[in-house]
Amino acid sequence: MTPLLQVKDIEKSYGARIGCTDVSFDLYPGEVMGIVGESGSGKSTLLNCLAGHLEPDAGQVIFDTRADGPVDTVTMSEPERRMLSRTDWAFVHQHARDGLRMSVSAGGNIGERLMAVGDRHYGDIRDKAIDWLGRVEISEARVDDRPTAFSGGMQQRLQIARNLVTGPRLVFMDEPTGGLDVSVQARLLDLLRGLVREMGLSAIIVTHDLAVVRLLADRLMVMKDGHVVETGLTDQVLDDPQHAYTQLLVSSVLQV
Amino acid sequence: MIRNMPIHSCLCPAFCRFEYLEKDEAMIELTDVSKSFTLHNQGSAVIPVMEGASLKVDPGECVALTGASGAGKSTLMRVIYGNYLAASGTVLVGGLDVAKAQPREILALRRETLGYVSQFLRVVPRVPTLEVVAEPLLALGRDRQVALDKAAGLLARLNIPERLWSLSPTTFSGGEQQRVNIARGFAHAYPAMLLDEPTASLDAQNRETVLSLIEEAKARGAAIVGIFHDVEARERVCDRSVNVSEFTPGQAA
Repeated sequence: MTPLLQVKDIEKSYGARIGCTDVSFDLYPGEVMGIVGESGSGKSTLLNCLAGHLEPDAGQVIFDTRADGPVDTVTMSEPERRMLSRTDWAFVHQHARDGLRMSVSAGGNIGERLMAVGDRHYGDIRDKAIDWLGRVEISEARVDDRPTAFSGGMQQRLQIARNLVTGPRLVFMDEPTGGLDVSVQARLLDLLRGLVREMGLSAIIVTHDLAVVRLLADRLMVMKDGHVVETGLTDQVLDDPQHAYTQLLVSSVLQV
Repeated sequence: MIRNMPIHSCLCPAFCRFEYLEKDEAMIELTDVSKSFTLHNQGSAVIPVMEGASLKVDPGECVALTGASGAGKSTLMRVIYGNYLAASGTVLVGGLDVAKAQPREILALRRETLGYVSQFLRVVPRVPTLEVVAEPLLALGRDRQVALDKAAGLLARLNIPERLWSLSPTTFSGGEQQRVNIARGFAHAYPAMLLDEPTASLDAQNRETVLSLIEEAKARGAAIVGIFHDVEARERVCDRSVNVSEFTPGQAA
């Protein structure tokens, strides 16, 4: 089986400061990988390099495209990369307002992504938007409301609907449950897990919440100071951590 | 190919190891496995917990792990499941060396081949009990209705009242959670199973049901490793015992 994403020796510095360095891994179709580490460990830098939001100083991010097979997305042209990020990729931001257009209705937010890939029939677009609102548990009655009128949890679910409506194969998530109430978090986790399985999605989730990765991620990568210090099966890394930093991380979680 | 084993409906031939399993080859085979924990944040103390562990379980056989509390029964089980990383030795399950396999190989093994009934139920909050139990089948891509029917059958057998099926098991009593956990563990007909005290905290009737489930699994050719504090249950379903104290460093040898 060809990996969906092959990451090779990614490096990104901010002047003399290391963002992330020497990161390599393969992600296979249907796999969910978590990246954990404290603030400043380089996990968001890495995610942004992978998703094409930042240009890495070195390394390759090879994506198995539908049309041409594995292609290095770092060296591909900007329009090609933009097309990829509208079709096969999705990016869920920590703050929903970074991923939504706040002045456009909920239905419009979903429809916009459909139009970007060529859908033109108004009725179809509206039907699909309503269908997706339902899947993320937002009432059809809210389709014409703007996201500014939504709660934080609803905005996050709308952002997910907007991202997944075009049937992407790879989803990047940056702290998708950060800043939400625990009850809303649980609901979102349940939703994400269901969608990942139904759609056969691969995902890379950056978070500092170990409980979130335990429930969502198959595999885990632990980062510290821009370096990957440990990788493995999620439950193995959490239950039998090998690296000093991972041991510290795991033992620092408060028991509920 | 394995004797007495029903045709395995493997959906993922790339990962399927059964073709590599020769006749009479053990389903689970540990050779000279050791395990230690290094506590980096506590003066880098190295605690050896297991040494020279070897174990062989054939299809249709149930082996009990015995030994005092803390002797390493659960540790050994976790090493087989790939939850703990073996320091040395080989841990073959269905032909795959869990000690050296890639995460995705272990995930495929856990999906298709190796089931684990732990003592504690860990679930995503809010997911209904029926879905929790059907999950292993859904993960294998089985038809949704078939999976839910199978889950309903198991929950009924284990006396979980039908009015609870649509609720999340997180608020259930300890015994009910344990039974949900067992139902989930037996939803898919795994060729290899690990059972950590499956009859603990169960009443006589449910204990009987669980023992029947284990006997049925053996009859269809599952290789089982179990921890049973319940001596009567152990004697009934297990073919032999392995005392893990033999693997405690500095004790035997």
